[in-house]
Amino acid sequence: MADLFEDYPLGAAWDEMFAATGEPRPTYASLHATLRPLAGGDLRTRADVLARAFLDQGVTFALKGVERPFPLDIVPRVIEADQWRKVEAGVAQRVRALEAFLADVYGDGNVLHDGIVPRSTIVTSAHFHREAHGLNPPNGVRVLVSGVDLIRDEQGDFRVLEDNVRTPSGVSYVIENRRAMAHVLPEIFGSTRVRPVESYPTMLLAALRAAAPAGVDEPVVVVLTPGVHNSAYFEHALLAREMGVELVEGRDLVCVGNEVAMRTTAGERRVDVIYRRIDDEFLDPVHFRADSMLGCAGLLNAARAGRVTLANAVGNGVADDKLIYTYVPDLIRYYLGEEPLLPNVETYRLDDPDVLQHVLGRLDQLVVKPVDGSGGSGIVIGSMATDEELATVRQRLLHDPRGWIAQREVKLSTVPTLIGESLRPRHVDLRPFAVNDGNKVWVLPGGLTRVALPEGALVVNSSQGGGSKDTWVLTSSDEDVFEPEPVPTLVGPQVAQPRRPDPGPHFEDQAQQQQQFRVPGRPAC
Amino acid sequence: MLSRIAESLYWIGRYVERAEDTARILDVHLHRMRQDPWTDEEQACRSLLAVMGVPAVDHAVSQAGVVERLGLDPDSTSSVLGALTAARENARGARETVSAEMWECLNTTWLGLRDARQRIEERGVHAFFQWVRERCSILAGLADATMSRDEGWLFLMLGRSVERVDMTSRLLSTHSRAGGSIPSWLTLLRSTGGWETYLRTYRGSSNDRHAAEFLVLDRLFPRSVLAALVTAESCLAELEPDPGRVGVGTDAQRILGRVRTELAYKPPEELLAELGPTLAKVQRTCSQVNEAISLRYFRQTAAVHWAEAVA
Repeated sequence: MADLFEDYPLGAAWDEMFAATGEPRPTYASLHATLRPLAGGDLRTRADVLARAFLDQGVTFALKGVERPFPLDIVPRVIEADQWRKVEAGVAQRVRALEAFLADVYGDGNVLHDGIVPRSTIVTSAHFHREAHGLNPPNGVRVLVSGVDLIRDEQGDFRVLEDNVRTPSGVSYVIENRRAMAHVLPEIFGSTRVRPVESYPTMLLAALRAAAPAGVDEPVVVVLTPGVHNSAYFEHALLAREMGVELVEGRDLVCVGNEVAMRTTAGERRVDVIYRRIDDEFLDPVHFRADSMLGCAGLLNAARAGRVTLANAVGNGVADDKLIYTYVPDLIRYYLGEEPLLPNVETYRLDDPDVLQHVLGRLDQLVVKPVDGSGGSGIVIGSMATDEELATVRQRLLHDPRGWIAQREVKLSTVPTLIGESLRPRHVDLRPFAVNDGNKVWVLPGGLTRVALPEGALVVNSSQGGGSKDTWVLTSSDEDVFEPEPVPTLVGPQVAQPRRPDPGPHFEDQAQQQQQFRVPGRPAC
Repeated sequence: MLSRIAESLYWIGRYVERAEDTARILDVHLHRMRQDPWTDEEQACRSLLAVMGVPAVDHAVSQAGVVERLGLDPDSTSSVLGALTAARENARGARETVSAEMWECLNTTWLGLRDARQRIEERGVHAFFQWVRERCSILAGLADATMSRDEGWLFLMLGRSVERVDMTSRLLSTHSRAGGSIPSWLTLLRSTGGWETYLRTYRGSSNDRHAAEFLVLDRLFPRSVLAALVTAESCLAELEPDPGRVGVGTDAQRILGRVRTELAYKPPEELLAELGPTLAKVQRTCSQVNEAISLRYFRQTAAVHWAEAVA
């Protein structure tokens, strides 16, 4: 029988499955043995079933308003228990440092006084919001949910590519990928002990409840979405459903006298914790974009008054700034007194004129990225760029050195991926998700592996033709893995509340509010 | 329950019922036109479009035109395709409330609509309408089996019942408009799927009065106007558990109750003699009830739009 891996080529990148041609690494031995006897056509058939199931269930992401199924590659990515322990500790360490940093930046500012990060770097960050100054979350957690993007370099070492502590997406695909794989390829789970991922919504809900304003015993938690046209709407709905909480849009909320409520058929009902999946800029038209219809006027003041918790906190974007990223190893030493467990990718800060000159001389060998870009937009990979593109980039860097960073071009590790009917190496990254409940940073075992489907491509984002893989963290054979119990929540089933006389909607109040808060001269959209 | 979600469930109920009933009506009427050599196709088509609330057009109307307009028009929620698309869109916005199986059913139905035109060309309209009826029945079955009987369920049922009152009365109007002969009562009873039940109930009678009674007033046949009115009323009553001491609590209940008693207490002869105006009144009532329901339960969503418009 033909070997499924017969013509599998190995390149310069670290291949996760193969140490050398025909020699699978021990981590992948069992998976390799299960897949090898399969014919490419059979695997293709399963892959099509997988795709069809995602389409039917509406497991999609929206790109330019069009729903697309999120491509799931049929070959899982495997991470050994020991490696995972390192990733887990490294991610948690990073989150703890970023928590301390954000509390400091929006509080006393010691990190600035002590000269660890220049003040100018902070205040010129697009997502540094003075509005968040003095806005202290009830249990001190600003980074309740985070997704730290990792890659494996040519030596197979995990490195941090960027931090996402605003509204990181993708965890729903981790959950759905596992479900779909278990349905379509049950046999490949047979010989492998893979840590489950389904506890994420439980952990998230426990953390959200723990973040409730002081004195609230039975907090009402909601997920706030921009609506069905948002690219991550599927995820918002899934998390709300799995947590058993309401998925609200801005128009469902009303804020009066620093109390936030949602509009229900039985009148207004108080809301205590909002897991918001709306960017800062659109969250509250009083403080940010006055033309935003996505958020709710007054949310920020309610949060400041300690009447509602916003998760993640406002202003976290300053920690996502890719220039701040270069300081994170220093921040870990400064706040935690520890050495970083996961290294950064070598990065140049262009606000130093000498560094800028050096980088401009080597543009064709480096990768440059906008500091506040997301979704892989604006990235220029020097070795793949044309002369015109490089000339454009050069102008941009000279014009706005604060707006860019340059990095060594890392050949992301590869994992066999089904292309047509055969397996080919494709580059992957990894986004582990961490939940901070105020006592402990819990890292979901696995996370989202994104794979760049076009040959040779290094950008894995779904908006750039990327897919995903089910990510397996193996259990170690010699010990029981610590799987933290979620905080017990002693609630009975929801019973219909006795209906009080309907007070009617506050038409007048709302109209006045909306008018007061509208900045003159800004068009309403 | 969030007002917006309640509204979505109400409209899922309405749109799915509308798609099913429109498919039923089209299927049987088109079949009848082909079978009956005396039918004036142009007139029958115009009459059908008029009762379904489609504005009159200047050009000639054919059976194909009716299928296009009431079956496949993607931009109109009164077409089968448009209604199912709208139902799916509402469910997408209420995904954390609608059960996963209901969602998947609506989603796969919607995916199946993409090749509706091709399917009709290959297998004929009847096969398409049959498929639509089946999908709607599966959805009703899944709702029945997977939804808890809470507010969400009540809004879904309420939407379905209001739409059913409207559609059955429109269906009956196709009869009274055509002057009582074409389409025959048999066609109407077939459209509702109630032909056999009717035959058993009236022991084979094909009497106009009996047929009208059955479709308007039968308490046990779920697609009769009266039965659907009663279901809608009981949904409203459950949504308002405390009726107070005087009368009923809400406008929607008042409007529905009034038309229900009027039908129930009118002597059958009189009802038959005034069928046209009575049905028109029932249809007007449906839009009033719709208005009252949205004011009572969904207006909190509308309030935002209103405030925005002022500002």
